[in-house]
Amino acid sequence: MSSTGLNVYMPVVMLFAFGFIAVAGALLVGKLVRPHHPTKLKETAYECGEEPVGSAWSQFNIRFYVVGLIFIIFDVESALMFPVAAVFKQFNEIGMGSIALCSFLVFIGILVVGIVYCWKKGDLDWVKSYQHSAARRTIKE
Amino acid sequence: MNNTIVSYLLDFEIVRNMFDFVSTKFGLNASGILTFFIFFIAAFIVVNVMAVIGGLGTYAERKISADMQMRIGPNRVGPFGILQFLADGVKMIMKEDIVPAKADRALFFVAPTLCLMGVFASLAVIPFSKGLTLTHLNVGVVYLLGVSSLVGIGIFLGGYSSNSKWSMLGGMRGASQIISYEIPVTLSMLAVVVLAGGLSFDKLVDAQTGWPTGWFIFHNPFTFIGFFVFFVGVLAETNRAPFDLPEAESELVSGYHTEFTGMRFAFFALAEYVEVFVVCGAASALFLGGYKVPMDLGGESILGQILQMGSFLTKTFLLYYVVIWIRWTLPRLRVDQLMVVCWKYLTPIALFNLVGCALWVYFLNGKSFYELVMNMAVTSIHSGGGH
Repeated sequence: MSSTGLNVYMPVVMLFAFGFIAVAGALLVGKLVRPHHPTKLKETAYECGEEPVGSAWSQFNIRFYVVGLIFIIFDVESALMFPVAAVFKQFNEIGMGSIALCSFLVFIGILVVGIVYCWKKGDLDWVKSYQHSAARRTIKE
Repeated sequence: MNNTIVSYLLDFEIVRNMFDFVSTKFGLNASGILTFFIFFIAAFIVVNVMAVIGGLGTYAERKISADMQMRIGPNRVGPFGILQFLADGVKMIMKEDIVPAKADRALFFVAPTLCLMGVFASLAVIPFSKGLTLTHLNVGVVYLLGVSSLVGIGIFLGGYSSNSKWSMLGGMRGASQIISYEIPVTLSMLAVVVLAGGLSFDKLVDAQTGWPTGWFIFHNPFTFIGFFVFFVGVLAETNRAPFDLPEAESELVSGYHTEFTGMRFAFFALAEYVEVFVVCGAASALFLGGYKVPMDLGGESILGQILQMGSFLTKTFLLYYVVIWIRWTLPRLRVDQLMVVCWKYLTPIALFNLVGCALWVYFLNGKSFYELVMNMAVTSIHSGGGH
């Protein structure tokens, strides 16, 4: 029984394997037909003809990190909502819909509170810091 | 239980006889090996057909954009230039494979591989028809969301591994855009899951009917808005214009695949075009009735399955056309507009839709708008007839 339960995941593994084989195979086969004449100029990163200065792996804008944090909160919440959503209709049919609805609304309520908080804090604005400092400057003046 | 292509084929006498024949011939239970073979052949066919569809997608993109701009487009290779993608593939494989000296060589290989693996793996649950689908996993939509996120990781790694500033900017933008738009997409999927009461694609599609009146998009006002939220979200997740910021060619050279040459670049492009097919297929399965045929023509037979596949592919390719049409119509958004659209418009609307759908199921027992109107019409005719 357990083996038939896992059988349905067989195509998943195969498709992953096909994806890997396609890339690796094409690169290996390509090795036979493509030229290979590397020069120093070819191997520098493309920066519109300028000599690249420094590495690209440097400090990056903090906004992307904030977006990532907000995403994780929302994604975990919605992942937890999937089981409730899947059984919601069955609960409704056996007359326990109000329990499922309440738990559902509590979940969504937390999400709404979260998005309102982020909105108020200004974390949803992409150019937040700039606007705030500009506003402060006008107040000082 | 899960329906797979194997369980569908086992309904036929001839396949069951084959299983029995092989088992008796070799004196052991061969069903495992035969299941493996059937899955292997089916997966192989699906992957190859999808690769061709992805190739034809690039052709369609060029030809449709040419029509919209009053050009001719590719017309040299094959009839009407339809073999252009094969010529492109041959050209790509002949190109020199340049890896920047400062790049991370391992990740430089992993990035396109992850993209392609994620897209191919999501093909496992795309419901072409009730029987002829690789597997209707019972976690359907969650699985689809999970494996399609691999594409986002691939795009970010592509930007990171190149060690080029353009690529880094493109990869960062791509990552933040893909994860942001995942939220409205997930929430609008949840609304449909609430209505259908299941996660697997066969359950979601079977809750709809062949006629447009039974589709989820026309089920209630919330799902009608939800479809458009979903569609905008998946446009952004596949990096299609007007959300093609990660590869914005007028600002970032070519974004995350600036440094990729030859086949590595080709696999990024292939993954993008196949992913557009995947998300269009998901949209048609979730909202537009998927493989359902009016009046259940053909039923469980092979003919019925082919009709179902035709129904599914028609809707999917129409959506594919709309995606290309949008790309050549709308200008690109700015980064700040992109984030505002996602977090301040689409996410609250999607949350509102989700609450609306839950309340609709609770108070109206999940009857569709059409059913309610018909019920009202019938009762009014009956009460009117008494006088």
